[in-house]
Amino acid sequence: MEFLVASAIGVLTAGGLYLVLRLRTFPVILGISLLTYAVNVFLFASGRLTLGAPPVLRDHMETYSDPLPQALVLTAIVISFGMTAVVVMIGLGAFLGSEDDHVDDQIEAPGTGAEDKP
Amino acid sequence: MSLFFIVALPFFGALLPGLMNSAGRAACGGVTFTVSLVAFIGLLTNLPSVLAGEVVMARVEWIPSLGLNFTLMLDGLGFFFAFLILGIGLLIIAYARHYLSRDDHMGEFFTYLLLFQGAMVGIVLSDNILLLLVFWELTSLSSFLLIGYWKHLPEGRQGARMALAVTGMGGLAMIGGMLILGQIAGSYDLSVILQNKELIQASPYYVPALILILLGCFTKSAQFPFHFWLPHAMAAPTPVSAYLHSATMVKAGIFLMARMWPVLSGTSEWFIIVTTAGLVTMVLGAVIALFKHDLKALLAFSTVSHLGLITMLLGTGTAFGAMAAMFHILNHATFKAALFMSAGIIDHEAHTRDIRRLGGLRRLMPVTFVIAVLAALSMAGIPFLNGFLSKEMMLEETTHTVLFGMPWLVPALATLGSLFSAAYCFRFIGHVFLGPVREDYPSKPHDPGSGLWLPPAILVVLVVVIGVAPFLAEPFVKLITASVLYGEAEVPKAYFKIWHGLVPALFMSIAAVVGGLALMAVFKPLLRLWETTPRPEAKIIFGAIVEAAASLAQKLILPLHNGAFSRYAAIGSIAIVAAGFHAWSTGTIAAPTREMQSAGPVPIAGWIMLVAATGGMVFLHRNRFLSLILIGIVGLMVSIGFVFFSAPDLAMTQFTVEVVTIILLLLALNFLPNRTPVESSVLRRVRDVGVAVAGGLAAFTLAYHYLLRDAVTTPISEFHLANSYKGGGGTNVVNVILVDFRGFDTYGEIIVLGIAALLIYALTETLLSGPVRAKLLNRLPDQPRAGDMHPMMMVVLTRVIMPVVLMVGFYIFLRGHNEPGGGFIAGLIVSIAVVMQYMASGFAWASARLKYPYHGVIGAGVLVAGLTGIGSWFVSKPFLTSDFTYVRIPPFQEFELATAALFDVGVFLAVVGAVMLSLESFSRLARRSEVPETEHAMDIDPSRDDPPEPVEPAKAGA
Repeated sequence: MEFLVASAIGVLTAGGLYLVLRLRTFPVILGISLLTYAVNVFLFASGRLTLGAPPVLRDHMETYSDPLPQALVLTAIVISFGMTAVVVMIGLGAFLGSEDDHVDDQIEAPGTGAEDKP
Repeated sequence: MSLFFIVALPFFGALLPGLMNSAGRAACGGVTFTVSLVAFIGLLTNLPSVLAGEVVMARVEWIPSLGLNFTLMLDGLGFFFAFLILGIGLLIIAYARHYLSRDDHMGEFFTYLLLFQGAMVGIVLSDNILLLLVFWELTSLSSFLLIGYWKHLPEGRQGARMALAVTGMGGLAMIGGMLILGQIAGSYDLSVILQNKELIQASPYYVPALILILLGCFTKSAQFPFHFWLPHAMAAPTPVSAYLHSATMVKAGIFLMARMWPVLSGTSEWFIIVTTAGLVTMVLGAVIALFKHDLKALLAFSTVSHLGLITMLLGTGTAFGAMAAMFHILNHATFKAALFMSAGIIDHEAHTRDIRRLGGLRRLMPVTFVIAVLAALSMAGIPFLNGFLSKEMMLEETTHTVLFGMPWLVPALATLGSLFSAAYCFRFIGHVFLGPVREDYPSKPHDPGSGLWLPPAILVVLVVVIGVAPFLAEPFVKLITASVLYGEAEVPKAYFKIWHGLVPALFMSIAAVVGGLALMAVFKPLLRLWETTPRPEAKIIFGAIVEAAASLAQKLILPLHNGAFSRYAAIGSIAIVAAGFHAWSTGTIAAPTREMQSAGPVPIAGWIMLVAATGGMVFLHRNRFLSLILIGIVGLMVSIGFVFFSAPDLAMTQFTVEVVTIILLLLALNFLPNRTPVESSVLRRVRDVGVAVAGGLAAFTLAYHYLLRDAVTTPISEFHLANSYKGGGGTNVVNVILVDFRGFDTYGEIIVLGIAALLIYALTETLLSGPVRAKLLNRLPDQPRAGDMHPMMMVVLTRVIMPVVLMVGFYIFLRGHNEPGGGFIAGLIVSIAVVMQYMASGFAWASARLKYPYHGVIGAGVLVAGLTGIGSWFVSKPFLTSDFTYVRIPPFQEFELATAALFDVGVFLAVVGAVMLSLESFSRLARRSEVPETEHAMDIDPSRDDPPEPVEPAKAGA
């Protein structure tokens, strides 16, 4: 079980990294989403894996899964939605403004870039 | 009046002039004057205790753990400065009311002025040096605003920037010095520091602390070599120059040297640095002032010179020197403010400040003439005026001061400075007021109304009164001196009087005055000599330094910050890897302590789906729609994983977020190309795969390692589990953590979420108001659209299901405290219910039925959560302390009421508002011009590819 979770984290990370390195807005957003899953699961897993013991108090129950990482990840999931939305909006604005969905600025020849700006 | 009020009044009062601006200039000036007057009277109510030798204190703990407390102290020195700041402030406000023209925004001016006044009063009343630093920086900032008040003048902007750069750098140095000082003394309270002279002076850190603090003082008080900013600050309106650059702000550095005098002075380092800097500044300022043609520049350099004089006196480290310094501060404030105001009057009336274009004003402006001449003669050191008295004391002190082993050096230089000082005073009088009346003034000058001449006149009355009857000022000055000395030395017995007998100081004085007159006689050849001598120009040097620093910063930053996202990512990744490598190479890995749990077929199947979907995304990501479906699968598997590993709350959240994320991405994909083109080379892809695999392996190894080991220390979750029901009144521990134990975190998080949504809204607005708007409106869809814009089945179904979904949301919300659920999840569910209406019935239909704007919903959520937190203050508990009780209302069963539920309502509202505002913003982009907005959701789309057969009007009629 532990191996499955750890390898899932690894696979999600690898996939996310590869997509982020495509350097175009849409794959980058997908890649960041995959990385978000990886990080959330990773954080959640820091409470270790427990089966059939949700942190809801019951009589005659002794062990529960760790509630703290769950609380932290819960807000992380919601915040990551906000972050994804902002990134999508920025990407969209950039694309609509310049008809170009590359993430990197196209490298200019040295001496013609920011130096000339006031 | 409490000291807090005296400091707070100008700050709060600063709000008024801005608000009163439309009420007229008189009201604006009047309210400012009243604020200052109340603070001034408040200060005077403390006079009896100060006269009795008491130290008035006021104390509030602010951040005790840092040693930063809001501690105020009022002793003789503080009272003296506060009296100058508020008293001269009153005169300046009255003067400025008449000085500013109708084009100037008076409310803005007085707001800045009051901010400055508050900061200045704060400096002189602070007992805590960290608090003092805060006020210190505030004076730099507010003076920046004041110097640059005439924003249309380039000199004003440049002068403001230069002043801020120089005093700001000095302020930074001083922060360092003050921190060192506080560390040595073990406290940041002046009352403690001042009692630890031996400890501080014996410390090896004394010299660094001294140098850093003096850097702050010298930059603020325009001492050589930092004197150059003050003349450039004269681009400010004259009331500002009179207030900040003669009477108050530039004296802040001197105030601090006086304040720190008991612990810092008396060492050879102090003596050499302070005396030398003061002496050089005094002579240099006086020489330059003589050759300045701009009235305000002349006065500015003379201020520099006099500040040098006071600094030099403090540098001597003797009690008599300190007393002379205090007396001269008083005298200088009176005559110099009067002179600045006179210069302002001349500028106001003659429309020029150039001495070469003036002359003969004696007949045209007799009142101004009397005021200015008395003040200038006082500055020159003529008997029966107050400047003479303190200058005599200064000269007397120099005869006892031996610098670098040469007893003649200090008296000679002091006499030289006084000589030039007398000369520029005579030039001020002679070239402006005396001589024939000219015909070519830019404007024919005459005496102004009393509003302009009365404030300087009041000061000149003081100049004469103190000059004639010095014994009136004597007890006051001695009181101040006593608080400067702080018991480190006896207050000198010397009496203040005009005639001391034939002492050396008298001869030096006579030499200075006679020499000054002689210089005036040969002024023209001297001026030619001065103008042909090459001199370093401070402004050019300063500009070159700034330029060099800027180009260095550019060289450093541009290679790192070139606009390529991948470069920042690379820098970040390398840093993370390096940190990880350090941890790995220095730490140890313990043996596994947990057994690996066996996995059944179901988890393995889930794992396969997740891995397959991720792999599919990597290989098929060029087809963007397909990758959206695949990422949905990944999200679903993650949610199921959460259920499986005992995290029902997480699963519900993940699931609902998944839905809104996919909707969001679909909306975005509407505008983006549907395919990602192939463009990276094979080599490039191999490299990327390498990076990705390495990162994945690292994440896997890390996760695998800690999953098999228990935590090193007991997790704090034990506490949460044990107290969830007892303290928080809920059995769902995750929810109790969110709304109770770590409610403050959650509060921050909903604010962040709200800000993100507002950011999206703002970006949408920007897009829709820019050139993109037309492009969006005329965009043609790249795929055929469905014939019915709003499928009837979907419309009906979503409308029927809406109340059901809302009910589910409500249920999930209510059970949240004890069962999986809560505000976050309920908020997401309700958002989905609303989004369904948008999707099914269209934007126009849905937004027409929207009663509350989503911004308001976000705001309401944050407000409800915040007010719930504040509510606990009313029962004297810290912010966000929760409480709960059980009530029974027949015929219901007993149920629980918790304040945490109210907090959760705030969370709920903020989540709904944020999610809806984001999605609504995206869908606003999607509206197109050729598609009409329709109120009837089930209409047919007329723009589809195969329009229906047009109905013949005749047939329809039949």
